[in-house]
Amino acid sequence: MAHASDYKNVYYVPHGSYWPMVGSVGLFLLAGGFAMALNGHGVGSWVSIAGAATLLVMVFGWFRDVINESVAGLYNAQVERTYRWAMGWFIFSEGMFFGAFFGALFYARTFAISWLGGEGEKGLTGNLLWPDFAATWPTAGPLELGGEFIAMGAWGLPAINTAILLTSSWTLTIAHHAIKEDNRQKVINWLAATVALGVIFLFIQGYEYVHAYQDLNLTLESGIYGSTFFMLTGFHGLHVTLGAIILAVILIRLIKGHMSADNHFAFEAGAWYWHFVDVVWVGVFIFVYIL
Amino acid sequence: MAYSATADEHHDAHHDGPAPGLMRWVTTTNHKDLGTLYLWFSLIMFFVGGSMALVIRAELFQPGLSLVQPEFFNQMTTMHALIMIFGAVMPAFVGLANWLLPMMIGAPDMALPRVNNWGFWILPFAFTLLLSTLFMPGGAPALGWTMYPPLVLQTGEAFPFLILSIHLMGISSIMGAINIVATILNMRAPGMTLMKMPLFVWSWLITAYLLIAVMPVLAGAVTMLFTDKFFGTAFFSAAGGGDPVLFQHIFWFFGHPEVYILILPAFGIISHIIPAFCRKPLFGKASMVYAMAAIAFLSFIVWAHHMFTVGMPLAAALFFMFATMLIAVPTGVKIFNWLATMWRSAMTFETPMLFALGFVFMFTIGGLSGLMLAIVPADFQYHDSYFVVAHFHYVLVPGSVFAIMAGVYYWLPKWTGVMYSEVLGKLHFWLTTIFVNLTFFPMHFIGLAGMPRRIPDYALQFTTFNQMATVGAIGFGLSQLIFLYIVIRSVSRAGEKASDRVWEGSEGLEFEVPSPAPYHTFTTPPAVR
Repeated sequence: MAHASDYKNVYYVPHGSYWPMVGSVGLFLLAGGFAMALNGHGVGSWVSIAGAATLLVMVFGWFRDVINESVAGLYNAQVERTYRWAMGWFIFSEGMFFGAFFGALFYARTFAISWLGGEGEKGLTGNLLWPDFAATWPTAGPLELGGEFIAMGAWGLPAINTAILLTSSWTLTIAHHAIKEDNRQKVINWLAATVALGVIFLFIQGYEYVHAYQDLNLTLESGIYGSTFFMLTGFHGLHVTLGAIILAVILIRLIKGHMSADNHFAFEAGAWYWHFVDVVWVGVFIFVYIL
Repeated sequence: MAYSATADEHHDAHHDGPAPGLMRWVTTTNHKDLGTLYLWFSLIMFFVGGSMALVIRAELFQPGLSLVQPEFFNQMTTMHALIMIFGAVMPAFVGLANWLLPMMIGAPDMALPRVNNWGFWILPFAFTLLLSTLFMPGGAPALGWTMYPPLVLQTGEAFPFLILSIHLMGISSIMGAINIVATILNMRAPGMTLMKMPLFVWSWLITAYLLIAVMPVLAGAVTMLFTDKFFGTAFFSAAGGGDPVLFQHIFWFFGHPEVYILILPAFGIISHIIPAFCRKPLFGKASMVYAMAAIAFLSFIVWAHHMFTVGMPLAAALFFMFATMLIAVPTGVKIFNWLATMWRSAMTFETPMLFALGFVFMFTIGGLSGLMLAIVPADFQYHDSYFVVAHFHYVLVPGSVFAIMAGVYYWLPKWTGVMYSEVLGKLHFWLTTIFVNLTFFPMHFIGLAGMPRRIPDYALQFTTFNQMATVGAIGFGLSQLIFLYIVIRSVSRAGEKASDRVWEGSEGLEFEVPSPAPYHTFTTPPAVR
């Protein structure tokens, strides 16, 4: 590999890498194994687990390469701008993914349920098929799929969880200011607090799921309410998990002495992601829990 | 556009050639290698998907069931569409983008070279998953590429493979698109302002934005199908308060921008080729950019014109009808500008120009039948008929595919360093053009006369036109072997040496570097004035 000084004015173009191929094989095994398992072929689960493990190896190895290159000073300002654009557009794409599920929620509540309840020109079918169905929310539909359930209230644990997640964005912002001041111990403390709040959020979310399944008979199969409730909160929870892992890795890197006041894009990318997940939660709390 | 090539000489240790052996193609981070891989993959998929189309046309040569079972026929229509869209046309455009964008904007490579590699190498695995369903109990997916529930939920073992392979294709597309946006916004040579960018670059900037915006929506839609099938959710089940039509809304919110993803880069290619062979600058370049941006914006608010017949509220139908018709305005601007570029120019008719002219005329036919389909009461008649098949094949085959071929003929000498045989190229063009019209033009008539699509059998009165279409399809398929031969000849460096300019009227940074383009171009950026 050439010396770092060669690259100061030159955009760093990495040499060949095996990691993308490892990642492709990992995705192939993960997807193919999962599909086999769903078709009832027992070996599929193992293939799928092998795929996930391969992906983990890929993520670890690939990021190790990137971190080493960054620490070696191979990245100039232009490379950093690439990472900024890429992370920004990646988060935008994640937003569109959540948009599909929010869209499903809005469509069901605004149109599908009222038509099933017999409203308007399109209500005729609903009236003929299910004359007794009244358009209300929450609902598991005319056939009450999954049986009677109680909807998740907003002002108990979910409100507390909202406060926890909003607080975590605040602690993260303090950490961000601290890294700009080059106050490493302060960054580490506040970032650790952020990760801890994220983990607490996940625990409470898990507790809420247990509560929903055991006490409220609210399951993934509880019609359109259960579907939108669990898919929106579930994908959000997955993103919190991912965000917490990202921030935890950054925390370890900070403890190891990586990053500085003027070179900490990894921190910022993780922070962007965390704030994004936070904003999604505000949407989830308003549209899934409160309204 | 002038620039100084001085900085290109002194390179450091980084300026090395390709790695030896086959591992070069596995580990490569070079945009030209990856462009080549994308283009070869696309060509292979073009033949795979094409042979499925020939199965369809062979069955339809005469009424009654003659060759294949109806289930298999439906598997062929579904797989043909998925392969041609996600395996042939999209990777071809990404391949062209890989080859050309860094050279056109004076960048050393794509912004994220390793991500670029991953974006490509996911595809062969994704299509392995998809194609493997042909050999499963129950066969391949057979519901059409639009995957409407509730029927698609009855798919056999193929179902999870279908959904998960689409997820992989989506991951690949999103990574590719993010890479392209980062490349265009961050890697331009100093002096190349946004409005100085070549139109192919502009078309890809807009396309990449569309991809990032809608591929995740497709992922959401198929995820809902997936959980409805395996985990008991009720997104598309009226019994549970969901709605099958909801799927159509989400799917087409992706699907309509998707069809512009399949055509905008074609607009970019044509906007390079017509000026080159007219030997004058493109008429109205700025308006071309605004027109593409307008088309991209409109693509988000017209989706329900694919589903007028589901019985949507009248106000919605009217809105989507008028919004759809509005697209004719920016599209008309583009056609007008191409024609105005040709007006009183010193035109010559080399193969790329022939394909570009074919594109302008035949894409317009497809655009006009699209306008007919936009009219709600008329669409009630046309919906799910062969008229729709004629429409979208006119925009996709003599539209997108012609543009890809025009682009390949135009830049192939730059890639390989040798000229292809102009005689063979012209033969390929004329045979392709004659057969493509023989295949798809009669479909307008049988569609208007009432023949439904996606059905292996038909009423006797449609026979003649169907036979014409089948003969055309076989001719079209065989003609593409000429293209394969031309490409293989060029890749094996057989032919006259191409000059650096390649064409008399070619413009742009990619024609300032030698032919064939060296493995690394613009390691230090050229100065653009």
